[in-house]
Amino acid sequence: MIYFDNVSKIYNDGRSAALQEVTFQVAPKEFVSIVGHSGAGKTTLLKMIIAEDKPTGGQVFYESLDVHQIPRAKLSHYRRKIGTVFQDFKLLPNKTAYENVAFAMEANGRTDEEISLNVPQALALVDLEDKIWNFPHELSGGEKQRVAIARAIVNQPDIIIADEPTGNLDPIATYEIVQILRKINELGTTVIMTTHNKGVIDEIERRVITMDGGRIVRDDSKGKYIL
Amino acid sequence: MTPRVNTYYNLSMITTAIRRIIRSGFIGFWRNAYVSLASIFTLTVALFVIGSTMFIDQLLTTSMTTLQAKVDINVYFVPEAPQEEIDRLYSAVKAMPEVEFVHYTSREDALTDYRSENQNNEIAMQALESLDDNPLGANLAIQATDPIHYEKISKFFEEQKGNESPQTPVIDKVSYLDNKDAIDTLSSIINAIEKASFVVMSVLLIAAVLITFNTIRLAIYTAREEISIMRLVGASNMFIRGPFMLQGTMYGLLAGLLAVISFYPIMLWLGPRTEEFFEFNLLTYYLENIFYIFFVLAGIGIVLGLVSSILAVARYLRT
Repeated sequence: MIYFDNVSKIYNDGRSAALQEVTFQVAPKEFVSIVGHSGAGKTTLLKMIIAEDKPTGGQVFYESLDVHQIPRAKLSHYRRKIGTVFQDFKLLPNKTAYENVAFAMEANGRTDEEISLNVPQALALVDLEDKIWNFPHELSGGEKQRVAIARAIVNQPDIIIADEPTGNLDPIATYEIVQILRKINELGTTVIMTTHNKGVIDEIERRVITMDGGRIVRDDSKGKYIL
Repeated sequence: MTPRVNTYYNLSMITTAIRRIIRSGFIGFWRNAYVSLASIFTLTVALFVIGSTMFIDQLLTTSMTTLQAKVDINVYFVPEAPQEEIDRLYSAVKAMPEVEFVHYTSREDALTDYRSENQNNEIAMQALESLDDNPLGANLAIQATDPIHYEKISKFFEEQKGNESPQTPVIDKVSYLDNKDAIDTLSSIINAIEKASFVVMSVLLIAAVLITFNTIRLAIYTAREEISIMRLVGASNMFIRGPFMLQGTMYGLLAGLLAVISFYPIMLWLGPRTEEFFEFNLLTYYLENIFYIFFVLAGIGIVLGLVSSILAVARYLRT
């Protein structure tokens, strides 16, 4: 479903490489964790998938679509197939939890009936029924991340990209977020997640890709955190 | 659940999108009240400067016109001038293409005018009583289509005067040269003021536009993170831009309204004073043209707000 063909990203100064000849693929319904030190290229790799960043060499495919050949006007359509979750949540500060989730559906052109049906469902899936009218600044870190996940899944994307989703969270919130991501994966959505957290990896017991210096150094189908 | 729809592809979806953009614009306006207020206030000041230029320009143009209308040539006839000679000259000057208007004042009318002008002046009245006959002659007040023609008209009368026989004079004097200097000086002063005010106002105008643009850019700069989030969630550029455009339009509209309202107390104070000095009441002008002024100011405000928003958001939509 996602296919990286010899992808490199070299920054303008010509020396530092964020990605070097990365080749791998992700099958539908997989749960892939990407681990590595800071600067190993994990986030750059995710940015390649959502076309936030362009590679300097190689190609990234989503099914048969070359992601970096998508014209700018169509990019928003492509991004709607992918749900994204970030370490810093990236919620809209002036919108309530409900409105944040609804915004993703509004942007997608869904009808009001769908929105009023699906938004509460998505927020229920992440256990936030009681806080749907709160603004982000009224929520804890774990709650914010759950809103972000509800927003990511509400359009029923084929794939969820999560960049350090537990990076800012305490152990209990971390555990909850991982459980939610597993549940989403079990419902049939592909998940690609980066993390620093050894506990998270050991808990999930699924495929682990280890990166170092912009290269993939290990790819274990039922991995442990080894660095 | 329902199947996914990727794009706005029919009319009802477009109207839904427009409705959402409008709602989101209003919510954004309200929830960022402080930023909105700052933008409106700046825009109001800018529109106030623009409005002041309009008023000053109007004031100068009108006073120039009134002044030009005051320029005329008065031809005074001697009291014993024969009526047929006066009539002949009256018809002749009236027939000239350069002449806009001729007003004839008979000897009797001249006397009535003199009496009413000097009714509080005892010496003048006594002098008048001591005379047996009306000492005043008839006169013609002539207005040209353009001030440059006065020279020619005045020459015509000078020639007529030159042709008279000394025993039977008709024309006593032609007033043109008396007024000429004063009128020339005044018009050059008004012209100088107009030029100076144009320069000052241009500078103020440019400053006002730049300040407005910058304020709105800063307002949107605070929303740059939101714009990037909206893009990540897959919102189209128009869907992101729309609410900001609506907000820019609302800033312009409200600022136009505020600017027009804030002129009222100033006009109330200034009106009688301009009436006295320029013979043009700004308050009357303001009240009579209040809708026109509002449409012009709000129009400029909307264009300024809209263009600033589009340009400011474009920065964050580029990549």
